[in-house]
Amino acid sequence: MTAPSPAPKLPVSLAANPKLSSWVRFTDEGHVAISPGKVEIGQGIVTALAQIAADELDVDIGRIEMIRASTASSPNEGVTSGSLSIQQSGRALRQVCAEVRQLFLAVASERLGVDASRLDINDGTISGPGNVRTSYWELAGEVSLDRDASAGATAKLAAARGVAGHSVQRVDIPDKVFARPRFIHDRPLPGLLHGRVLRPDISGARLIALDEDAARGVPGLVAIAREGGFAGVVAETEAAAEAALKALRKGATWSAGEPLPDEDDLAGFLRSQPVETTIIDTRTSAATKKAAYTLRRQYTRPYIAHASIAPSCAMAQWNGDRVRVWTHSQGVYLLRADLAIVLKLPVESIIVEHTEGAGCYGHNAADDVALDAVLLAKAAAGHPVRVQWSRHDEMSHAPFGAAMAIEIEADLDADNEIIGWRHAIWSNGHAARPGRAAQPALLAATEIANPYPRMISSNPPAANGGGGDRNSVPLYDLPAWTITSHRLLTMPVRTSALRTLGGQGNVFAIESLLDEIVALRGEDPIEFRLRHLRDERAKDVIRAAARRAHWKPQKRAGVGHGVGFARYKNTGAYCAAIAEIEGADDIRVKRLTLAVDVGEAINPDGVINQIEGGAIQATSWVLKERVRFDRTHITSTSWTDYPILTFSEVPAVDVEIIQRPEIEPVGAGEAAHGPVTAAIANAVFDCLGVRVRDLPITRDRIIAAMELAS
Amino acid sequence: MPTIRFHLNGTATAVEADSDQTLLDVLRGRLGVTGPHFGCGANECGACYVMVGDHAMASCDMPMWSVADKKVTTIEGLGTAEQPHPLQRAFIAEQAMQCGYCVSGIMISAAALLKRNPSPTEAEVRAALDRNLCRCGSHNRMVRAVLRAASETAAS
Repeated sequence: MTAPSPAPKLPVSLAANPKLSSWVRFTDEGHVAISPGKVEIGQGIVTALAQIAADELDVDIGRIEMIRASTASSPNEGVTSGSLSIQQSGRALRQVCAEVRQLFLAVASERLGVDASRLDINDGTISGPGNVRTSYWELAGEVSLDRDASAGATAKLAAARGVAGHSVQRVDIPDKVFARPRFIHDRPLPGLLHGRVLRPDISGARLIALDEDAARGVPGLVAIAREGGFAGVVAETEAAAEAALKALRKGATWSAGEPLPDEDDLAGFLRSQPVETTIIDTRTSAATKKAAYTLRRQYTRPYIAHASIAPSCAMAQWNGDRVRVWTHSQGVYLLRADLAIVLKLPVESIIVEHTEGAGCYGHNAADDVALDAVLLAKAAAGHPVRVQWSRHDEMSHAPFGAAMAIEIEADLDADNEIIGWRHAIWSNGHAARPGRAAQPALLAATEIANPYPRMISSNPPAANGGGGDRNSVPLYDLPAWTITSHRLLTMPVRTSALRTLGGQGNVFAIESLLDEIVALRGEDPIEFRLRHLRDERAKDVIRAAARRAHWKPQKRAGVGHGVGFARYKNTGAYCAAIAEIEGADDIRVKRLTLAVDVGEAINPDGVINQIEGGAIQATSWVLKERVRFDRTHITSTSWTDYPILTFSEVPAVDVEIIQRPEIEPVGAGEAAHGPVTAAIANAVFDCLGVRVRDLPITRDRIIAAMELAS
Repeated sequence: MPTIRFHLNGTATAVEADSDQTLLDVLRGRLGVTGPHFGCGANECGACYVMVGDHAMASCDMPMWSVADKKVTTIEGLGTAEQPHPLQRAFIAEQAMQCGYCVSGIMISAAALLKRNPSPTEAEVRAALDRNLCRCGSHNRMVRAVLRAASETAAS
């Protein structure tokens, strides 16, 4: 007797949203409407998902109409984050479309009297021997997709795919090049009014008194909204709203606020706070070799701003006790859950609809401004209200990527081989997204009457890649280790998800210390890494990057080269980076050479674009970025005070993809940051002979490191 | 409110506006021209760039009085899907963006560059775009797109 084979498992997003019609519909005009729950944030996801659907259904990609996520009708796929959209939405859509194709073939087979195995589908037309034909659209009335996915259908083999795996042009780019309104910022709604919210300059201050007289005199003012410590204006035009806000600010009295840490001693602050401590992983060695000595090193990274080029924006419109919200949030259902808590309304009374914003790079103010719009729209008598944050507020009130202090102790034997490894992280949590807790995570919820406390950031579980501990467990085969995460229980600086969460800091620390040990051993850094890795895909990206960068380039004065490697979350994309820099007191990154393995690259040019973008953004973080503050204010509230990399400072970026069509695809958006950070830091050592362990690597930090070394 | 006359994308335009109201506000508000984007309001990011005459300039801090009788070109004035500007063709060909919010300002800077220097070097393109910020890291694609537009224009 043989055991029955286990039932095939549905991809996670499909198990949660099994109805086929929630993902795909054939529309009258010869089009196919595809509804993912993931959203476009400039990463090109809607194009990659369109490719997957076009491929499985055998329709031209031009027929695919990508529907924006809305709580009114879309599958609930949680949040668009963590480089999971291809993994979750992509797999679900591939499975859905494979099943839909099979259902239509079965009905076509009956209708045409031809065995399904002898039918072909070409751009939606189903044909068979004897010139018999029909199409998805002809049969759409006969095939109900209001049924649950069965998991029985089999998607095409990799070799049979004609669209996925090939570069296609992104579907959203023509609109953006020809300035057809696509961004939420540009979207006209009839009767639209404009809102602005009054926020304190002093960190954590609460509005305690407000003289509204001056603001009331501003022409074009429609209403002043006030709920406890939340106050704002609604006006006929943006200019009038700005003028009214300016007048309102003069009449505001604020509480003293909450003190900020010492910006110049982040490690001291992080290591002195109450924490929740978690052992992330341990590995013990049977061998009891004695350590000759121990290297102990501390690495830090500062708070980093998301710093989207577009200030966050949202629109809201009330109709009785129902409200409709337009947002560039990464998670429409999650935002809706938080709005329901604040508004004390059932979720059914709220529709949250996604509309594209600019790149956000994680949890910025997108969700906050949506609640702002909802609260201000209460005062707008049924008109839609559009709220847009100022640059100042975007750079001071939105959550930041968390600062980190990381200490690694490496026990070395007499040959400088690693025999023990202890990695400890002190950091705020890296996620305080909406929709996941009994309390809301939205800024205005902490300002209204009966305010909610500010949500202290937590870390996703290790099974989801962790948070502050992301990428802290070495992929290298070291004989013993203990990895410990200390999550802060205080949060004077508001933090939440920024690309890679703790991954960038941890990879920087691990790869920097390895490089130091490599130098002690006089070994080649590529050889050292290959010698300590068991995973062939990991080795392949390192070898590919080395080959492409002609490793190891000859030593030249004033020039340095460095290597960095990680597999994102230890379960996602593999990425190796080699940096070439020029350095004296200031560092210029000249060239980054990367190799990446995302499994099946659905849109190879899209993957390259993401890796290039990640590499350049990481270079900006490493060389320039640091949220500035004194003891009462965030002070980096403009581009002058928070400079990012400019066109002339951007390195050449060369990317090689190792295409593996037979392996399930993973995302590319966060793969490059850690490896590039480490490669630049290691190149700085190669060039200047000094280890900079505190990011960003600025002239001051290099001088400080040189003084420490001498 | 005074009436201020200027040429917008080749069309004679008259608006009633406070003379210290910003051009960006008038474009995006009254005139519904949403190609130029608000980014910072302080002439620090380039998202709102328009051409005034042949020069790329921030419209977010440009008072309306200074625009009187000037020729203003926004991204909408560069070309259309039917008759694209070489830069628009090139940005599509190079897939030169991620989110694209900064792109309208960057194409304006590039268009102004190509007017004064039809065959720029890569370093000249980078220098011309240095006042425009891009946060997604699409810089190199955009530089390639500008060089492509220049060489296609030269070849035609």
